[in-house]
Amino acid sequence: MQEKIKARIMDAAKIKRSLHRMTTEITERNRNLKNLVIIGIRTRGVFIGKRIARLIKSQEKISVPVGVLDITLYRDDFSELEAQHMVKKTEIDFSIKDKDVLLVDDVLFTGRTIRAAMDSLIDLGRPKSIQLLVLIDRGHRELPIRADYIGKHLPTSRKELVQVNLKEVDEKDEVLITEPAGLK
Amino acid sequence: MAFKHKHLISIKTLSVSDILTILETADSFLDISAREVKKVPILRGKTIINLFFEPSTRTRSSFELAAKRLSADISNFSKQTSSALKGETLKDTVLNLEAMKTDALIIRHSCAGAPHFISTFCQSHVINAGDGAHEHPTQALLDAFTIRQVKKKFENLKVVIVGDIIHSRVARSNIILLNKLGAHITLVGPPALLPREFADFGVAIENNLDRALEGADAIMMLRIQLERQQGNFFPSLREYRNLYSLSPARFRRAKRNAIIMHPGPINRGIEISADLADSVKSVILRQVENGVAVRMAVLYLLLGGKESETAD
Repeated sequence: MQEKIKARIMDAAKIKRSLHRMTTEITERNRNLKNLVIIGIRTRGVFIGKRIARLIKSQEKISVPVGVLDITLYRDDFSELEAQHMVKKTEIDFSIKDKDVLLVDDVLFTGRTIRAAMDSLIDLGRPKSIQLLVLIDRGHRELPIRADYIGKHLPTSRKELVQVNLKEVDEKDEVLITEPAGLK
Repeated sequence: MAFKHKHLISIKTLSVSDILTILETADSFLDISAREVKKVPILRGKTIINLFFEPSTRTRSSFELAAKRLSADISNFSKQTSSALKGETLKDTVLNLEAMKTDALIIRHSCAGAPHFISTFCQSHVINAGDGAHEHPTQALLDAFTIRQVKKKFENLKVVIVGDIIHSRVARSNIILLNKLGAHITLVGPPALLPREFADFGVAIENNLDRALEGADAIMMLRIQLERQQGNFFPSLREYRNLYSLSPARFRRAKRNAIIMHPGPINRGIEISADLADSVKSVILRQVENGVAVRMAVLYLLLGGKESETAD
């Protein structure tokens, strides 16, 4: 599907600034950073989670473990999908029991991914708390879910797509609003 | 990724990319069985029936646990306690079970082609769990998964399959699968259990086990299937053991890091010495463990997503 770029919302510098700001908010709110673990939702949540962990390390000299969560098996729209999603590994090599979990994703939209992620986390152990960090909150929630740390609020229409590019997997850091071409 | 099959009847219909998709998906499922909560909700609400017309320990429990770990509901049918004994035909049995709204049927039958036959008239997904001497696709997939786990590749591996080839659906499925993945296969057995026609698969045929084992990377021992042998295929079990049993002395001819495989059930002391079966070179229980993950992957890929319009 061809996509038309409608607007460039954030560039590398803006992404960097908001990650710094959110890191400060995290360290302010979590007095006991040693009990914090970061779980990134595949794919881009993982990279944002790793960046946050690096920032915490440089600000506070504390290493926060980062795990990888694949939520495919917990999706609620599974039987509506045309083809199956490739199931990838959940890689969390530490216990999340009684930990303060910081769940990280790139875009918060309907909230269904986060619902799936929370169900999945609770099957892995009972965390003390779960907080949510997203780079973009684009609205249109279908479930009563909100983020604790938000890089940017971005009002969008439903037919628009928000594309987060990160240099770990994409060419560069940027956030775009695109629209599928040929949409009626 | 697109896995567009409705049924899993035979390895033949799978492309290399289908096979790799199954193996990679299975890899992701492996650690679910190691968790404290060994269950994910993805197939919640799906109904599966294990339709076993032949005895089985491993395959049946493996499919059952795979289905349960994906949150599907599974019901077990076995010939001994069913109306098949009262003369109900296979087709009627299937149609009646399907009337209870099943999503998938896992079938084992002594007649080759039974799963294919069922797939021609039923709406559910059909999975072949072994049909006569024809195929046993999930066994071959779990064998390939185990080989890949240890050897990391298939290209140019020497895989030796030993024993009762003619009666073995495991051997047939493995030959087709490993051939597709680029392994070199050598079949070994007494001539009566290893017809020359097997050479048509593009594999090496050998009657001398010692010779065949030279340089082997993986050795797959098969069970002598006495229940399928009407005539006398070899003079005596003792002679068979002398010529074709895997003993520690024989095993030394294989590569030092060779692995020993067996689809089970083992006849200890006949096709394999008990010591070897329990040794560190044996991956027999690893195969069983992997079997659950591979069957989870198969169930997920077949039952997941919308009804695919493609037929096998």
